[in-house]
This record gives sequence, structure tokens and C-alpha cells, in this order.
Amino acid sequence: MSEVVSFTFPVEAGKVREFAKAVMDDDNPVYWDAEYARAKGFKAPIVPPTFVQASAFWRPPLPGAAQRDLRRVLHGEQEFEYRHPIYVGDVLTVTTRLAKQFEKTGRRGGTMKFTVYETTYTNQDGQVCVIARSTTIETGQEVQD
Amino acid sequence: MPRLSRTQIVRYAGASGDFNPIHHDEKFAIRAGNETVFAHGMLSMGLMGKMLTDWVGDGNLRYFRLRFVNRVWPLDTVTYRAVVTDKREENGESIIVADLYAENQYGIRTVEGSMRAALPRRP
Repeated sequence: MSEVVSFTFPVEAGKVREFAKAVMDDDNPVYWDAEYARAKGFKAPIVPPTFVQASAFWRPPLPGAAQRDLRRVLHGEQEFEYRHPIYVGDVLTVTTRLAKQFEKTGRRGGTMKFTVYETTYTNQDGQVCVIARSTTIETGQEVQD
Repeated sequence: MPRLSRTQIVRYAGASGDFNPIHHDEKFAIRAGNETVFAHGMLSMGLMGKMLTDWVGDGNLRYFRLRFVNRVWPLDTVTYRAVVTDKREENGESIIVADLYAENQYGIRTVEGSMRAALPRRP
């Protein structure tokens, strides 16, 4: 499968700090104080480990996701490979491709459809910063515990 | 970790832009077969990430993976844990490898996964 969506995501200071604060009141200055970040060896404030997920709000519809019923979709698994720091002020090119789709029979019967998306976050200098893989599970019926 | 509040879930929805109504709209969540709204998997991953960066230091994570195995509900108290499984040299860095998991107040696992991080060099 090779369906791909791509878009640009600017790493804005306000969004980064808001995201860090929303996750457990994380007020670590490495995410917003340029001087503190420099003293820690970074050229600018960096972003929390899961920050890139905030770009999903900007993303055009994903291939294969249009028909999904949100009541029946679960986030099954998430993976990040960190290759290069992301700095506040970077402009990321975000490219998501449909990597894999497969089905399994659930323990309680019913078919579960797995979809794996792979997203690459590349900075303005062409450096790949993060590669993310996200697995969503669509159940045959409304999700039951 | 303190008990998870609905406000925290809504705050995360706003900050991340994930407005799937199953995480903030009680009626929608119930129609979908849930008792109430529940936390985004990525909020749990963010909380685990915060624990990890407090532990290994800023900018040192190299790999981070979680499976979301059970939902986290409002008022749950979740404990996040990392268990070191290996230390090795990789690409000129000292790498620490750990298994990760979290449990709620009933001992039910909410997430499980693994991570790799670079250890700061001793001078």
C-alpha cells in the first residue's frame, strides 16, 4: 500500500507549552525557556516526547480512515523512534502512509480490523526527527470491555 | 500520580487537538458502550513520557512504544513503572533499555511497552 498524505506543521512556542502543561502540569523550562534550553545543550527549547501527535489536528483525512465509525475505533498501540531533536521554531514536514492493514478474530468473537499508519516528521533542513507508528483497531461492534 | 480528572482529559483534548467525542461527550461515550468518557491513550503515553524524561533526562529518549491494553477512567489513579532490562553500547552511545507498564488502583494494567534511552556520558 502506498497511499500517502503530507502537510507542513510549524512547531509553535505556545502550542508546545500548552501541550506540556496539559500533560501532568509539566512546566519543565526546557520546553519554553531558550536560555535554560541552551544551558542544557539545546540550541532552542525542545518538545515533549509525544508532542508530534498534536500535528494530527492539522492532518488531511488519512487514507482508509474516511469510513470509520469513531464509536468502534480504539488506539491500540503507538511507537516513536527519536532520530533528531525537534526545536521550537522548526517547520516539520509530516508524511503519513498507510503501512499495513490486517484482521484478527477477537477473543469475544467478532472481527477486529487493524490499521497501521507510519508518520515521518522531517525538519526544514531535511533531517528526519521522529518516525511514529500508530495502530488503530476497529471492532466489528461497539467496543465492549 | 494523582487521580485523573475529567478536566485533565478535556485539557489534553484541547492541547493535542484530539476531539474524538468518546473522550469528552458523556452521551456519545455511553452510546458507544462505555460507562462514561475515558482518557486518550496518548494522554497515558504523555504521562509515561513525563515520568521517563524526569528519569533519563531531556532529549535522551531514543525509542518509546506503548500498547493501550485497558482504558483509564476519570478518578483512576495510575502508577507508571519502568524496569531496566539491558544496558549496551549502540551508535557510540550508552543505551539503557527498559520495559514499561502502568497499573490502575485495582492492579489492572492500562499500558505496557518498552523504551530505549541514551545515558549521559560520565566526564
